[in-house]
Amino acid sequence: MRRSSLRKPGPRAVGEGMVFRSVVRGPQPEGYRADALAPIRSAIGPNGLPAETSDSMPFFRRFVACDGASQDGAVTEPLVINREGIDALISALIERGYEVVGPTVRSQTILYDTITSTADLPIGIRDRQEAGTYRLEDRDDDALFGYVVGPQSWKKFLTPPGTVFWKGLRTEDGFETVEPEEPPSYAFFGARPCEVAAMKIQDDVYLPVEDGIYTERRKKSFTVAVNCTEPAATCFCASVGTGPDISEGYDIALTEVLGREHHYFLAEAGTDEGAEVLAALVAREARDEEVVTARRLVVHAADHMGRTLETDGLKELLYANLSNPYWDEIAERCLACTNCTMVCPTCFCSTVEDRQALDGSSAERVRTWDSCFTLDFSYIHGGPVRSSVSSRYRQWLTHKLASWQDQFDSLGCVGCGRCITWCPVGIDITREAAVIRERDIRRVAVETPAVKEAVE
Amino acid sequence: MHPIPCRVRSVVRELEDTFTLDIEPPENDWGFAPGQFTMLYAFGVGEVPISISGDPNDPSRLVQTIRAVGPVTDALTAVSPGDTIGVRGPFGSSWPTKAVEGGDLLIITGGIGLAPLRPAILEVLANRDRYDNVTLLYGARSPGELLFADELQEWRGRFDLDVLITVDHGDRVWRGPVGVVTSLISRASFDPESTAAFVCGPEIMMRFTIQELQRKGITDDRLFASMERNMKCGIGLCGHCQFGRYFVCKEGPILSCAQMSGAFWTREV
Repeated sequence: MRRSSLRKPGPRAVGEGMVFRSVVRGPQPEGYRADALAPIRSAIGPNGLPAETSDSMPFFRRFVACDGASQDGAVTEPLVINREGIDALISALIERGYEVVGPTVRSQTILYDTITSTADLPIGIRDRQEAGTYRLEDRDDDALFGYVVGPQSWKKFLTPPGTVFWKGLRTEDGFETVEPEEPPSYAFFGARPCEVAAMKIQDDVYLPVEDGIYTERRKKSFTVAVNCTEPAATCFCASVGTGPDISEGYDIALTEVLGREHHYFLAEAGTDEGAEVLAALVAREARDEEVVTARRLVVHAADHMGRTLETDGLKELLYANLSNPYWDEIAERCLACTNCTMVCPTCFCSTVEDRQALDGSSAERVRTWDSCFTLDFSYIHGGPVRSSVSSRYRQWLTHKLASWQDQFDSLGCVGCGRCITWCPVGIDITREAAVIRERDIRRVAVETPAVKEAVE
Repeated sequence: MHPIPCRVRSVVRELEDTFTLDIEPPENDWGFAPGQFTMLYAFGVGEVPISISGDPNDPSRLVQTIRAVGPVTDALTAVSPGDTIGVRGPFGSSWPTKAVEGGDLLIITGGIGLAPLRPAILEVLANRDRYDNVTLLYGARSPGELLFADELQEWRGRFDLDVLITVDHGDRVWRGPVGVVTSLISRASFDPESTAAFVCGPEIMMRFTIQELQRKGITDDRLFASMERNMKCGIGLCGHCQFGRYFVCKEGPILSCAQMSGAFWTREV
């Protein structure tokens, strides 16, 4: 796939080379007036690159480096569409038989639910997030994606809590089990790069064992990703390498560009199906400067992450610090409420419940989400393995950041910041990991005066 | 993830609360390795992990020993011959009976921990000439709670297997040792340099046993323990059985001390 369209731009009159794809229905959409591009162009240097040198923009170089690399068989040059185009995209997905689910405002929160048009999106809404805080505010513009992630993630649709695994029926011979009904085909609309990364991480958990609930839902799904241009204060995807730009795992990727006089979406296909859907929309090829502007917004987002997670030597650090007394300090604040595991887009722990009809003729197994923060989670005959909150927080954090690497060859954290925002007492995974690093018992032990003296 | 309906051939009451089920295996050539377990399902009640206690060289019988300690194990032990229960598996790692050939072998266990070790003992006895001294150290709460008592008698009568048994509390006829199983280690004859140990019991018992064996000079890569964790799926999916980096249902339950390293010695991992 061509990640960006940095063709050698010759001098070109405004409007020249504008190619409308497919059928152009009616007049050119609003916002595509030639003069509307002037402010964008002014930000671009004479060679079509951003006015600043690319040396100062490592992220930008990443895009350039990816240019031309093949990926998921993606096929098209970036296109430009407007809000009507987004509506048409949603309709096209519905027509193709997808249940389109995306962000929508409910209970003063952005949740993921069925949407049928852009009117269902949180238009002109921004989220303010901090440790233990989440507020929605008006943005005074018409941004469709002017917020980041809320408490829910797409695992809500891929492994819905309470899904029937199988049903059992009593027979003369004993019993037999039958498959549950077929799940719908979902189009995930507005998935952020960190969330797409989370789906890829969950793929590594569920797909190798051909999980009955996840596999089909995932394989049938369609993903419209949205690059992030305005990260929250709790975001740290840049430091774990999952965002704010999307690099793989999407059918269509959108970048919203919103200025005083223009509002457009850069649309790129990541798969053949994505290209097919885009080809049917009223869209035109993006000009170089439009592509560059969109990229710059994402680069800007990378530079403005609210938080950072130092990943260097993290696994060894945490394995060596299982008996660090700092876990007890965290436990004094931790309520073991399980919020962090429920909002986490990669947490996959589950439990099953076996139910039986009152007359005993049928039974079913239902899978629900579970959390390593409950006492019941580690229960074996005789009592729970992890009875202290300290050991449960340690289990969660070391799983996310250390043992996940041994189990699945990746971090179990995508830097979405949900666990920070939705922790009722504002426990911050990036901070706790940093404190463990600061108080690393391997080093602290040596620096303790008595030990130092003995060594000397 | 669907349990396969299997017919129960017979039920034997071993102890007050412990039963051995002889089950028709899900398939004809259904095999397992010593130390592996299955998930057994009681219709509508639930599913639990149970170690296989049968002979690994007899694939026609799936033999499992169950202690009734909760609703599912109560239901599983209340079955009658001819009833159907659900089976998934076998799952997990096994006792490395092949890898430890050529040296002495210590098999150390307590209570119902003898059940998951029985297949290993049968396997070793079937290939007895491949090992030097083989010693079974077994601890039970009382003489009346010795699992597989008849078989223990039989094994004790063999000239090629040392069987040492201790109980927490004796009774009027008990003439053997009284105390925890670790106290038997000094009575066993083995050469630490070539010895491997298979240990199964409560975590605290395994910790003290392995500590003692380390003190005798057996290296971590030859010390094997069967870990117990909560399990719901058996395939590394539900997350409950995590023990450090391991899913006990997948990489375990049998793990070497070298594999477990610090996690084994840390509380509540």
